[in-house]
Amino acid sequence: MKHVMRRAQRAAGGAERLVRLVAAPLRNHGFPYRAPTVPKGVVVPQEASKLGAEYDTEWARSALARTARSVITEGPIRLLARTLTNPEIVGTDRLDDLTRLDDPPPVIFAPNHHSHLDTGLMIRSVPSAWRHDLVVAAAADYFFDKHWKAAFSALALNAIPIDREATGRKSSDMIRDLIADGYSLVIYPEGGRSPDGWGQSFKGGAAYLSSRTGAPVVPVFIDGTGAIFGKGMTKPKPGRTKVIFGHPLMAEDGESTRRFNARIEAAVTALGDEALTDYWTARQRAHAGTSPSLTGPEYNGWRRQWALSERRKLGAAGLRRRQRRRWPDLG
Amino acid sequence: MPRPGFVLDVDRSTPPILFWRGEGFSLEKLPADRSRVIYPPEPLAALDDVDGAIRRALLQPHDSDPLPALLFPGMKLTIAFDDASLSLPKMRTPDTRQRVIEAVLDLAAAAGVDDVHLIAALGLHRRMHDYELRHVLGNRIYDAFEPRGALYQHDAEDYDNLAELGTTPEGEVVEINKRAADSDLLVYVNVNQAAMDGGWKSVTTGLASYRCLSFHHNPETLQNTRSLMDRHHSELHKSVWRMGKVVRDNGPKIFQIETTLNTDTFPSPFDFLSKREWEWTARDRATYLATAKSLDRAPSRLARKIFHGIEAPYRTTSVQAGDTESVHKITLDNVYAQQLVEVQGQTDILTMGIPFICPYNPESIMNPILVMCMGLGYLFNMYRGMPLVREGGVVIMTHPTYRDFHPVHHPSYIDFYEQVLADSNDPVVMSKKWEKQYAEDEWYRHLYRTGNAYHGVHPFYAWYWGAHGLQHAGRVIIVGGEPRAVRRLGFTPASTMDDAFEIASDVVGRSATVTHLHVPAILVADVQ
Repeated sequence: MKHVMRRAQRAAGGAERLVRLVAAPLRNHGFPYRAPTVPKGVVVPQEASKLGAEYDTEWARSALARTARSVITEGPIRLLARTLTNPEIVGTDRLDDLTRLDDPPPVIFAPNHHSHLDTGLMIRSVPSAWRHDLVVAAAADYFFDKHWKAAFSALALNAIPIDREATGRKSSDMIRDLIADGYSLVIYPEGGRSPDGWGQSFKGGAAYLSSRTGAPVVPVFIDGTGAIFGKGMTKPKPGRTKVIFGHPLMAEDGESTRRFNARIEAAVTALGDEALTDYWTARQRAHAGTSPSLTGPEYNGWRRQWALSERRKLGAAGLRRRQRRRWPDLG
Repeated sequence: MPRPGFVLDVDRSTPPILFWRGEGFSLEKLPADRSRVIYPPEPLAALDDVDGAIRRALLQPHDSDPLPALLFPGMKLTIAFDDASLSLPKMRTPDTRQRVIEAVLDLAAAAGVDDVHLIAALGLHRRMHDYELRHVLGNRIYDAFEPRGALYQHDAEDYDNLAELGTTPEGEVVEINKRAADSDLLVYVNVNQAAMDGGWKSVTTGLASYRCLSFHHNPETLQNTRSLMDRHHSELHKSVWRMGKVVRDNGPKIFQIETTLNTDTFPSPFDFLSKREWEWTARDRATYLATAKSLDRAPSRLARKIFHGIEAPYRTTSVQAGDTESVHKITLDNVYAQQLVEVQGQTDILTMGIPFICPYNPESIMNPILVMCMGLGYLFNMYRGMPLVREGGVVIMTHPTYRDFHPVHHPSYIDFYEQVLADSNDPVVMSKKWEKQYAEDEWYRHLYRTGNAYHGVHPFYAWYWGAHGLQHAGRVIIVGGEPRAVRRLGFTPASTMDDAFEIASDVVGRSATVTHLHVPAILVADVQ
């Protein structure tokens, strides 16, 4: 072992010497081989930022990038989703009328959001009719704040930057154009990951975009990712998840964005109830208006966390990986 | 625009025609200038918005109040549904029954109905396996109702849970599932793939007792059922309709939901099986050759697994709900719109390829009795007006007719083959001499009630199903069948189609006319 370490150190030293040797002539040369110095008293004008909501993701939809992405989607993302989240995907039969069409129309997937893993899991779970033409609305201030992050998000996830506080005209125009080009969208109506494991109330982005583009909204409930890699966790804890797709929803005639948004939230809430109980109980409670809220109890503090642990026990996070079978102790 | 059914007159330029042979197929040349082939109509356009159509049907039913008006808190609601014998092959998920039942449950939940039971209307069929129930109902419904004990299968031998509703003027006793009989509303969800299904037959066979079924499942009734696909000329349906009146007068309120399917039977790469032979592309021909050759060499177990794994891309063409008779009338119109083919006159020889499946062997083996049932019971009865073959004519089937039986699904079939068929193949004789013994056998009863076996009497019913065909045909020949098994059925074995025509010439002469029924997909010949 020591021998190996010594050889590695020697190799690293060699590489360093080589770099120094190559860079040595430049040390004696100034501009234009090196960046110009700035004269005193001169203000260099700042270039307009091309990051955040202004980041141009057009290149990520070129043929080459698409090919690279399909390799990433079917390879590392699929593997990662499987290894970390072991998902059970249900309810895709509710999309059967759309998937059976020769050319399924673009849709807007509206899942709840607990973890960075949600996006990879959604890409893995979305029926193949939409998987390869899927764009993901990602927070401009988080995923597009640095060049490398922006490039990675655009290439690997086909992410587009969205201002999470308000869906600006530029973002919504871009999404409208993408949907017109046949792309489907994943957008998290909660606007960001859950800070404490409970859901957050839905912002109207999905409802607004659906009304504007005519694309149906597919409510989705993701259960279990919060316990695997929730906000604030530094290391993922592999576990099990469940992804439930609901019936596509369209805004009814004269329905306001606010009401449509409430309907989407109710649909995701009912799917959440279905994930923890069963279909019949969830339908009964949905009609009675007693589906357990995704945003959790009103009170704060430890009791809120306590209630969350009770909820998680019922869901996918409460299921452990299969234990080795043991014979009963018959005494 | 789908093309209607078509009758092809065979001439020298006609290519060989596809014949099913169980889990395989062959191409056979039919005699030129005296043969014809009946092709089914192409699949009709499906409903674009099935969920919307279901909802409309429930809210605007025929001759009934809308479903929400029939639901109230505290009521007893029972939803009965057709078993795994429909559709054939099993349809791709989501099954239409799942969609309909989910829509019904949604309305029931909205109305605050708590007491809901789901019953698989098996009649005397085998109990469905869990995975079959999941396929038909979907995981959501199964997981919600099965653990509560609110999803179960009808038991025609559980006399504690059967209720007698009355007797018809002809003395037929009507006895159905007690939970269904005691319900405030019985919703029956049907998938109608053939004109014989649906209507009052749903409740009075699917939820009936053995005693009730025996009044119409007997040789006399079935010999006078001409045909099964023509309700108004079917003694079986007349008996069932008489029973239906008793159910209407003395039984629960029934809300019947019937759905029809198109005939899009085979997914890719098997879709060439539904095509007309001269329209086969190079790809179709290559697929045929590859499939036929590999199936010839494959063990029958593997071939069976492949075929029973097929999920048909059937699509729903109509949904109607409300009063049983009003609904069934519309259903029949829709079924005929898809399946009817006009045919001029009868023929001397009727040929048919027997496929790998019939209503009594889903996920199972097509044993020799089922070959007879499929040929003379179902395919022979695919007519309206008069049979395709003239009285005293010859029926030629192609099937390997192996002596294989599924010991779990068809235990009484094995004894029927060894004991009853060795004695007689006359439905009337076997009915008098053997039926009671099999129907009341405690072991068969136990297997039917607790396992996945067809009822002890079921092989008799399968045999009676072909009673009209047996009586009508002068000779029945099976091409490619195992000779001992074919002879046990009382039929004549032949090695090749040419041999079969040669044997048939003893009965119908040398220049007999031939008609080939090109199924599946299903068709009903409207013989003028």
